[in-house]
Amino acid sequence: MSLGTSDSNLTARRRKAAAFRWSCAALTSATIVLLAILIFHVCKQGLAWLDWDFLTSFQSSRPENAGIKPALVGTLWLISLTACIAVPVGVAAAIYLEEYARPSRLNTLIEVNLANLAGVPSIVYGILGLAIFVRGLGLDRSILSGALTMALLVLPVIIMASREAIRAVPPSLRQASFALGATQWETIRHHVLPSALPGILTGVILALSRAIGETAPLVMVGAATYVTFLPDGPMDSFTALPIQIFNWASRPQAEFEKLAAAGIIVLLAVLLVMNGVAVFIRHRSRKGVS
Amino acid sequence: MNSCADDCPCAAMTTEKLTLHYGATAAFRDVSLEIPRCEITALIGPSGCGKTSFLSSLNRLTDLVPSCRVTGRITLGDLEVLAPDTNVVALRRRIGMIFQKPNPFAFSIAKNFALPLREHGVREHAEIEQRTEAALRDVGLWDEVRDRLRRSARTLSGGQQQRLCLARALALEPEVLLLDEPCSALDPISSAKVEDHLQSLKGRFTVVIVTHNLAQARRIADRVVFFWADESGGRVVESGPVDALFEDAIDPLTQAYVRGQHG
Amino acid sequence: MTPRSDRPVALFVLRSCALGTITILVLIVAFVVGESVDVLRNAGLSRLWTDPTWHPASKTNPTFGAVPMIVGTLFATAGAVVVALPLGLLCAVFVNYHATHTLRRLVNGVIELLAGIPSVVYGLWGLTTLVPIIAMIRGPGTSLLAGILVLALMILPTIVLLIDQALREQPAELALSAAALGLSKSRIIWSVLVPSAWRSIGTASLLATARALGETMAVLLVCGNAIKTPTSLFDSVRTLTANIALEMAYAMDTHRSALFASGLLLLGLVGLLIAGIELLERRVRT
Repeated sequence: MSLGTSDSNLTARRRKAAAFRWSCAALTSATIVLLAILIFHVCKQGLAWLDWDFLTSFQSSRPENAGIKPALVGTLWLISLTACIAVPVGVAAAIYLEEYARPSRLNTLIEVNLANLAGVPSIVYGILGLAIFVRGLGLDRSILSGALTMALLVLPVIIMASREAIRAVPPSLRQASFALGATQWETIRHHVLPSALPGILTGVILALSRAIGETAPLVMVGAATYVTFLPDGPMDSFTALPIQIFNWASRPQAEFEKLAAAGIIVLLAVLLVMNGVAVFIRHRSRKGVS
Repeated sequence: MNSCADDCPCAAMTTEKLTLHYGATAAFRDVSLEIPRCEITALIGPSGCGKTSFLSSLNRLTDLVPSCRVTGRITLGDLEVLAPDTNVVALRRRIGMIFQKPNPFAFSIAKNFALPLREHGVREHAEIEQRTEAALRDVGLWDEVRDRLRRSARTLSGGQQQRLCLARALALEPEVLLLDEPCSALDPISSAKVEDHLQSLKGRFTVVIVTHNLAQARRIADRVVFFWADESGGRVVESGPVDALFEDAIDPLTQAYVRGQHG
Repeated sequence: MTPRSDRPVALFVLRSCALGTITILVLIVAFVVGESVDVLRNAGLSRLWTDPTWHPASKTNPTFGAVPMIVGTLFATAGAVVVALPLGLLCAVFVNYHATHTLRRLVNGVIELLAGIPSVVYGLWGLTTLVPIIAMIRGPGTSLLAGILVLALMILPTIVLLIDQALREQPAELALSAAALGLSKSRIIWSVLVPSAWRSIGTASLLATARALGETMAVLLVCGNAIKTPTSLFDSVRTLTANIALEMAYAMDTHRSALFASGLLLLGLVGLLIAGIELLERRVRT
């Protein structure tokens, strides 16, 4: 009868487990170190170029004069416009799907649809934007074309995040409101939306910060890379941070690589601020509940 | 097979001044008990008085809870359970445990048995099969599942799953079985079946069962331990043979509880 | 309890937003198909893999052999998943079962940060750091290998986060009951907990595959973009996405249509992946 664990077997096993734990720990720290190197590398290259001039200058063929101002302003324009288009539509769609739509074949179709939409490669959105907005609707290579394309891209993400936030609102809240004689729309406007708002906002910010980093669709709809003016309105041509970084990165001279690194620091700073806001909102709403 | 016949009625397990803390709060204090060999000992008492914590300290499952600290002494035969150099893997082979909710692993019925048996050194296919069959017969499940040992264990009904878990523990031939409210998640019929098989195991294993069902405790237990919780944590108020405790308990708390006035 | 009758206007607006969004996918597919019709009718989709060369802009004898790009895309994607999946699984297991609470939060924070970094950053990093290292081993540096490594790094956070979540959702009793049977910790993890989460691990890898498949800019920067079927990891390759990005701006007529056809191919691949995910998740529910 052999039930039982012999001691030599056990030590071997313990040693194996310890070895495994250590290799996992090494791997995980390697990931962290890699990130640290990545950021350190970018900072080392970019910080020397990052100064007030860099933030307030226009693009130039001489790296020492080149700056990121039009790209920064362009990104802000682009994201605000994208938000104006995508957020109302996305939240409205989420409300409809969560509060009104009955579970049906159509609804399953919608679920599959959203999942698919989120998986469509961003470059496909880009060619869609190029053909429909830039050429088809004659909007040209404008901020509006870019924003419409980006709105399509982030819409599924916004809808999914908003649905989740709305779903998290306890049903008792709705029933209490109905019991007081409110209509469904009143219930949604006065009770469901306010309590789902922090969740929706967080989702929206995360979706938009994804859009800020997207480059491929903008390359397609033709964000320019050599812009020496600031856009005045949604119909102006524009450039954006990732486009500018990509443009600098793909030039052979080493100085431009450093410019790209400096641009990345600016881009990461913008993202960090947005994520910070999201974390802040999440934190505050959690405190509000307790 | 561990036979219970020879050295009864000495204790299979003892605890001395056993105290368990989660962080700074004590779950129970100073529990000194003797768990008699080959008998069924039922732990009763209201929720939150440390019964389940007590149970899982016996096979050192509490090691898995980071904030949990156990002091005192537990012995299993000659083995000092709480000693740091105790081989917990071997310890847990000797002490089986069944939980409130049935939790078969998400693979086939056969593999549910093969995995722990292999872990404990049973390598031969024939022996694994034979042990599996014996254990499944012990819980009356063999005829229900003999044709679908390759099917996922999760396809069984709740009662069948719980009996499978019992059989899985029995296949390792433990000396002691710990049962944490094994019937509370089951319907009355499945519950009765599990209870029947527990009773049929009487005399072969030492069983410690936590239950909220006083009638069940009375039906199956030989001895009963009554836990109670106050501000300083749980403690044992009284323990003794089942009839003595239910008929003429000494402590007024126990009298009230078994009459259904508390908890 | 049923609510009183409602404002029809609000409902109408909400419904049209929902339905409008849903038509986007239909629109995308219809549109991409519509744009590819030219090449599909005149040449046929099969010429994407039967033609020997890629000269879609030629006036006299256009050819549409996209095999090098298709192979490049598949190799880069598969390579990235093969590298990232085991690493991600190990990382998630470590974070879940071996790390202290503080370390766990630290690692999770770092990984969420990594997940939020735009692809162009990974691309630049690959170009300035990875490519020179690879060039030291064998030139020219911009290669399939560089693409695989950069893509792997990009999808790693997604994989870790998804698997981590799946492992965390395993019921605590499962680990307890396994421990109570005297299984060792590593056996509990690898024989009980990880296998129980295999569907979620499958979903995570499919999602990550879709992400790698659709990535454009990072690949564009580090892969070298030569239209040639790679024979080694150190060869320069061009992916389908990179090809679209490079050529769409000046493509006309049949050339443009051929690019849309390659986009259609990408959509088809993504569709397959999503169908796989649906299949996995549907079986979870039942």
